[in-house]
Amino acid sequence: MRLSQGTYFMQGNEACVEGAIMAGLRFYAGYPITPSTEIAEGLALRLPEEGGVFIQMEDEIASISAAIGASWTGAKVMTATSGPGFSLMQESIGYAAMTETPLVIVDAMRGGPSTGLPTMVGQGDVMQARYGSHGDYPVIALAASTVQDMFDQTIRAFNLSEKYRVPTILLSDAEVGHMRGRFSVPSKVEIVERRIRTDRVWHDGFAYDESLVPRFPVFGSGSRVHVTGLSHDIAGYPRSDFEVHEELVHRLSDKVTIHKDDICRVDTTRPGASVMIVTFGSPTLAAREAIKGREDVGLVELKTIWPFPDEQVANSIAGATDVIVVEMNLGQVFREVERVACAIGGRKARLLSKVGGEVTTPEEILHFVDRGA
Amino acid sequence: MFCPGCGIGTVMNCFYRAFAEVGMNQDKTVFVSGIGCSSRIIGYIRADSIHTTHGRALAVATGIKLANPDLNVVVFSGDGDIGAIGGNHFINAARRNVDISVFCINNFIYGMTGGQASTTTPHKSYSTTTPYGNAEYPFDLSELAVTAGANFVARWTVRNVKELTMSMQKALNKRGFSFVEIASPCPTSFGRRNRMPEPKQMFEWLKIISVKREKSKAWGLDQLDLNIGGQITIGEFVERNRAPFGMIP
Repeated sequence: MRLSQGTYFMQGNEACVEGAIMAGLRFYAGYPITPSTEIAEGLALRLPEEGGVFIQMEDEIASISAAIGASWTGAKVMTATSGPGFSLMQESIGYAAMTETPLVIVDAMRGGPSTGLPTMVGQGDVMQARYGSHGDYPVIALAASTVQDMFDQTIRAFNLSEKYRVPTILLSDAEVGHMRGRFSVPSKVEIVERRIRTDRVWHDGFAYDESLVPRFPVFGSGSRVHVTGLSHDIAGYPRSDFEVHEELVHRLSDKVTIHKDDICRVDTTRPGASVMIVTFGSPTLAAREAIKGREDVGLVELKTIWPFPDEQVANSIAGATDVIVVEMNLGQVFREVERVACAIGGRKARLLSKVGGEVTTPEEILHFVDRGA
Repeated sequence: MFCPGCGIGTVMNCFYRAFAEVGMNQDKTVFVSGIGCSSRIIGYIRADSIHTTHGRALAVATGIKLANPDLNVVVFSGDGDIGAIGGNHFINAARRNVDISVFCINNFIYGMTGGQASTTTPHKSYSTTTPYGNAEYPFDLSELAVTAGANFVARWTVRNVKELTMSMQKALNKRGFSFVEIASPCPTSFGRRNRMPEPKQMFEWLKIISVKREKSKAWGLDQLDLNIGGQITIGEFVERNRAPFGMIP
């Protein structure tokens, strides 16, 4: 049974499982990896109860590939992993973007690079989420900072992926996935369904309207659609003409760009404060604690990371003289904030970076606000 | 888009006959392929079809079949997809015994990229990446499929069109993982560097080195030998009825 309205107490990864089921997940394929494993374990138990399919594949490449195959039967699909597995999935993320396959990937970030810190937190996959596969392609990446987010943002990831036919990544991390906390389920949850078509489509399987999103021909419905990772025309068949490729690559990216207002979300506390902290994921709770009772310090929580919410961030930091990015890497979101801050009038951003696997504390944030470095 | 003397056209012809004979519903069949010459077949079939990344056809096919068991799932693949980059998916799909039919066109070479050695290139053969002769020994893909747990495994050359068509029918009808390997000539990329530039010479070669299983059994050998002893054993190697994955009887 899907969760009914009420308040629940769960681990972040468990809330993600319930969010996925609430969103209508039908197929999950995954491979064990810390700190995402509870998502696979939870779905192994819960999906069969909901009439869905769970399968443990031989590796992360197979997991995302199976999910892509299942998506073409019209099913809502998901896989979850962490850094090393996320690296293995990159080729297929590009494939899903190229073939416009709706797909949700949860990346529970841990300390990297390589095997890194398997059980401890890191936020080093931000740029990989955007640029990890080759070529120019669109993705949507959301961030989760709390157990409530793990539920809400999982649902939102499905909704956006189904709506825009773009692989959507939920960036959580070891802390957010493993923390336990309360979250509430409202009486009405918005669930988006894929726009499908079931007519013969071999002449125009990828034809699109002004939304730039083609309607989805479902395998087995008589569509006879051809899907390929090669550059293809609106019929779906391989074409290597200059015009066809140019139109395709532009449309795929524009598909996300023109819908930025719908996709991008930031939560701002005290807009207009002279000091604005920008953060996402596990440092968020520390930042919320740090700004309590400090009327001069505001907080920008990024709920969407890619496409980067330029406009929302610019509005939030417009009145600030000091912009501080708090993240658990050597500065990835920082580059984006720096770019936005520069664009709105030469503001400099400062970076509070922490790696090593321990969460940033409120004291560290306050110290950085008041004394810097 | 296939070269003169290529065996893929023959495989397609045999497959269409088998498919028609079995009477499968074209609208309920999904064709899956990876990357390479053999994988382009599905672009010539008017049916739901997905041309995946290199090596991943079997993983994608697994997802399709499990998400909608009403669909027939057919995979066309080559020795690069099955034996090298997707080798892990191959043995695991056979072990899992997912209900899909796999047709692997083994041309002993990477044809599309211009003739590099593959995992099935015969020992001592020449290719652009084995200019001094192949120092490695080839995989026997059919033997791997048998060992890993497939329900049906057969191997023929493109010369054996009748037997091949019959085995394809069996593979399509079989519940569980079925695997048909087809030894196929590539005069352009393999033959040219191994003193068989003419299609006719490659067909002669296939005739000389292929030995029917019944005959090799009579010699006291029942191995699924692929060129390790200098021969290709052809025939049907296993037919069993383990319950397919996801379909508890």
